[in-house]
Amino acid sequence: MIGIEHYLTVAATLFVIGIFGLFLNRKNVIILLMSIELMLLAVNINLVAFSSFLGDLVGQVFTLFVLTVAAAEAAIGLAILVCFFRNRGSIAVEDINMMKG
Amino acid sequence: MSVFAFYLFAISAITGGLFTVISRQPVHSVLWLILAFISSAGLFVLLGAEFVAMLLVIVYVGAVAVLFLFVVMMLDVDFAALKAEMAQYMPLALLIGLVILMQFVMAYGSWESAHGAAEQLAQPIPTDRHNTEALGLIIYDQYFLLFQLSGLILLVAMIGAITLTLRHRKDVKRQDVMLQMSRDPAKAMELKDIKPGQGL
Repeated sequence: MIGIEHYLTVAATLFVIGIFGLFLNRKNVIILLMSIELMLLAVNINLVAFSSFLGDLVGQVFTLFVLTVAAAEAAIGLAILVCFFRNRGSIAVEDINMMKG
Repeated sequence: MSVFAFYLFAISAITGGLFTVISRQPVHSVLWLILAFISSAGLFVLLGAEFVAMLLVIVYVGAVAVLFLFVVMMLDVDFAALKAEMAQYMPLALLIGLVILMQFVMAYGSWESAHGAAEQLAQPIPTDRHNTEALGLIIYDQYFLLFQLSGLILLVAMIGAITLTLRHRKDVKRQDVMLQMSRDPAKAMELKDIKPGQGL
């Protein structure tokens, strides 16, 4: 029988893969955004697993809100990326230094 | 049967996630990401959350992944050069990933549910309704303001994305409707009186 631990393990593995990807692809902003999507997906799996095993529907409602924010974040991030590429002709992270921060 | 389905979806989700991160071509990364999303939707179906599973397929695969695919194909970047230094970051990435995995193992190893958690459910899952119907009944009722707020977030994201990427190019001919409508014969034509036998 599949318990909640199995789902939590899958979610934890996906989250760690997301963090692994953040450090592995330090130059490519597109893959960085995909890694962030993977981490949000892991959070969603956790929320739905707890919602199902505790018998509480609020976890699924919050999954909808996480999904909304993830979609908005992807749209804004990619728009910034296109805008940056148009100005600098590169998407490497270390080239993003126009504000001298 | 459900055990087999769980392991199938779990392994394909993790495989998809892993190859998203280590794939050399960004287009392949997006396709592996789609595999991870679809497998997670299968996991959600196994958990009894059909509406969230459908939403994951529609929103992530239908919108977000296609958006990623558009941007990957639109940008003219030498991705091979970006990937060339990936081996250099591998030890650090493995180290940090292992540390965080150990932290998760320690947290899950000592985790237990709070006493009386079953009596404190905010919205118990109803047994006589479908998942979609039950979600709709509480989203449009008790979480109405949060629902409106998420719509507002999407509106702000849409306006932000449009204003960020919109540009007016100078070197392209455009139709100017006001200019066309204010044309009259006095502006458009020039009358010349030409004497016979001379020409212009």
